[in-house]
Amino acid sequence: MSLPLLDLKNVTIKFGGLTAVSDLSISIGEGELVGLIGPNGAGKTTAFNMITGVYQPTSGEISFAGKNTLGVKPNQLAGLGIARTFQNIRLFRSMSVLDNVRVAARLHNHEGFFSSLWRGKRWRSAEVETEKNVMELLDIFNLGDQRDELATSMPYGDQRRLEIVRALATRPKILLLDEPAAGMNPSEKEDLMRLIRFVKERYQLSVLLVEHDMKVVMGICERIAVLEYGIKIAEGNPKEIQSHPKVIEAYLGAAAI
Amino acid sequence: MDWFLQQAINGLGLGAIYALIALGYTMVYGVLRFINFAHSDVLMLGAFTALYVAPQIEKVAGAESPVGCVMVFVVAAAVCACIGMLIERLAYRPLRNRPKLAVLITAIGVSLLIEYTAQNEKVFGSAPQPFPKLLSDYEINLGNLVVSSNDILTVGVTIVLLVAMWWIVQKTRVGTAMRAVSYNQQAAALMGVPVDKIISFTFGLGSALAAIAGVLYAMKAPGIEPLMGVQPGLRAFVAAVLGGIGNLPGAVLGGFLLGLLETFAGGIPGLSNYRDAIAFGILILILLLKPAGLLGRSTIEKV
Amino acid sequence: MNFRGAKRWLLLGIALAILASYFSPQFNRYYLGVVIDVGIAIILATSLNLINGHTGQFSLGHAGFMAIGGYFSAWISLSVGESIQAFWYFPLSLCAGGVLAAAVGWLVGVPSLRLRGDYLAIVTLGFGEIIRVIAQNTEAVGAASGLKGIPKLTTLGWAFGFAVITVYAIATLVNSTYGRAFIAVHDDEIAAASHGVNTTRTKVVAFVTGAFFAGIAGGLYAHHKQFLSPTGFDWVKSIDIVVMVILGGMGRTGGVIAAAILLTLMPEFLREFSEYRMIIYSLLIILLMLLRPEGLFSFKTQRRSKS
Repeated sequence: MSLPLLDLKNVTIKFGGLTAVSDLSISIGEGELVGLIGPNGAGKTTAFNMITGVYQPTSGEISFAGKNTLGVKPNQLAGLGIARTFQNIRLFRSMSVLDNVRVAARLHNHEGFFSSLWRGKRWRSAEVETEKNVMELLDIFNLGDQRDELATSMPYGDQRRLEIVRALATRPKILLLDEPAAGMNPSEKEDLMRLIRFVKERYQLSVLLVEHDMKVVMGICERIAVLEYGIKIAEGNPKEIQSHPKVIEAYLGAAAI
Repeated sequence: MDWFLQQAINGLGLGAIYALIALGYTMVYGVLRFINFAHSDVLMLGAFTALYVAPQIEKVAGAESPVGCVMVFVVAAAVCACIGMLIERLAYRPLRNRPKLAVLITAIGVSLLIEYTAQNEKVFGSAPQPFPKLLSDYEINLGNLVVSSNDILTVGVTIVLLVAMWWIVQKTRVGTAMRAVSYNQQAAALMGVPVDKIISFTFGLGSALAAIAGVLYAMKAPGIEPLMGVQPGLRAFVAAVLGGIGNLPGAVLGGFLLGLLETFAGGIPGLSNYRDAIAFGILILILLLKPAGLLGRSTIEKV
Repeated sequence: MNFRGAKRWLLLGIALAILASYFSPQFNRYYLGVVIDVGIAIILATSLNLINGHTGQFSLGHAGFMAIGGYFSAWISLSVGESIQAFWYFPLSLCAGGVLAAAVGWLVGVPSLRLRGDYLAIVTLGFGEIIRVIAQNTEAVGAASGLKGIPKLTTLGWAFGFAVITVYAIATLVNSTYGRAFIAVHDDEIAAASHGVNTTRTKVVAFVTGAFFAGIAGGLYAHHKQFLSPTGFDWVKSIDIVVMVILGGMGRTGGVIAAAILLTLMPEFLREFSEYRMIIYSLLIILLMLLRPEGLFSFKTQRRSKS
């Protein structure tokens, strides 16, 4: 295996007395699609928050593209190429669909304070360029027609997809998806799986996916890690995970064995 | 050394009043999560209530009698509790589920309304009025130190009321309900807590505290006027934030700290003009080091 | 997309300002004074709107920045002597006041913008009060008795011109890819940070920009009233400006301008009931908040869908 893109080594985080994630080691290679599953409260989202710099681990190491990322701020991590979506959708509620994505595209629009005040030629062409890129992304996800709608007034499934578009607009190397299929109907889920595969190929991304829907996870992930009570209890390809006794126990309770 | 102790004693007397006002701010904040700007005006109304009822009570209970004094306090507290509940009912309740800033501005509006109405010549007028003596004030000499009976009364009342408030919030059914409303209004309502009544009760309690503080403040002040609440109100507000707003012992701690600070700064020539600046400076310093106040607990935002 | 439009409005506004200053000697002095008050209020409200409305950082210290700009430019005017006759002098001294206010805004903003909500409000209130107390004790600016004899340099043209520039600057900033970060911070700080927005820097930029324009407004105010008193810049003044922003509907430039005009004119209309004027004013604030809590001028939650 080549050098991993994202590498967590013995990462632990405690909130007061509670250990939310304990001694987690996981690595994701370039172009890999890895699933992270586990019962509610297993620490999946907390792991995301540590990778994206929202929380700082109590101990352990996280590195991205060979660079230690401990203490690096979320906005800098986004600049390095880590993008995410949120489990409890966090769109910019007073902005249109287009503007939501434009905020993320800001990373690649280098116009500053004074040039935005002056609105010169260079500023205008940068603005046109940004909008073109954003529209391209929106169209891939069939959200182009809704560009001027208030983001939070869209149906739930569209909001989830918009979160993915927004994350992609930062031009990430790795995309962290936190339950992207939650609240979607089966056909939307099919579409979503197709889209995830598509953007992964098209933009040559690595993807780390937290998801409860086993059909989605087993359908698209190349490798799966299972968390329970903050501890990684299993890791392997979908087949191995489905037949792993500890995983079955975690999901169905000891009685099922 | 004597100077130091003397300033400390004076500071405690002043701080006790700030602490009482801060208690009211903090209780309302704890339940509704908003700063009741009109609190300092309720304090002023408490003092004026006392001004008007004291002569009547004096006729019954006799001049400067302890019983009469207690009666004045009780009447002022009761009147202000009603005023507080009325303000909540008319101005704040209709905005319960609206943006917090709307409530804040309404509170500022209520505060201005009370102040300007009180300043009108047909109401109280803007000139200071002498406050009647409720208790004979004597001074106790301890060596070179002078302790006024007034200060002892103020500190005593504050501590008793803090304990009472703490007991109400922690040990009674109403207090449990208050904490439930503070934690989550919707959930509390679903569990059968009468949210409106609890909020109303909290306002009443907070306003009664303000009234008591107002009367105590008036007993020390040379005279009372409609804007008398503004300065102590602002300092008490600072005290509440300093201690960690929403936290009862924090409010009292903040109040005493601020009172001490003010008297010490006031006692040093050259610094006295900067008293307010120093109070705010220390507040800012503490908030920058401990963003949730001295006794407040910082919360981790769930993502 | 209409990128050029904004600049055209700016030019039109400045042209109108020049025109107005040409005709202003023919206006009634009282009305002229009120209109200048309105212009200053627009600058204050629009600039605070960038901080409180667009960026969502609740500041209660705007009067403090106004005081810095006012005192500084007035002090320059009283010190330089002859050259205040020059046409270029006044805008330069206003900008000097604005820059000093912005510098103090930076000093205040960097440490305190880590705080949120009520805590930020009280810290900014505190800084505003500290600035006032310092002015009150500084002999060079008249200490408690105030600064007298400031030359009358504020004309309708300057007040209106700077109001146009302020509105233009803030509206264009917010409607650019760069400035959309302000609104992103307002909507969701964590989501903004996760998408590459430097939230601390964004807040500081909003704060410093707001302070700069408040400083300019202070300079205009000083050379309009010709007298500065520290008590005129206490926190009640900050609250007046906050009321304009909230009544205007937090983050709606047009609404905030309208509220600034309305709230400046209202006391003038009520002049005949001078005894009850402020009572009516405060009652109106309460009633407006009860009846229109989203701001006076909001009719639908439709915002900024096009640039």
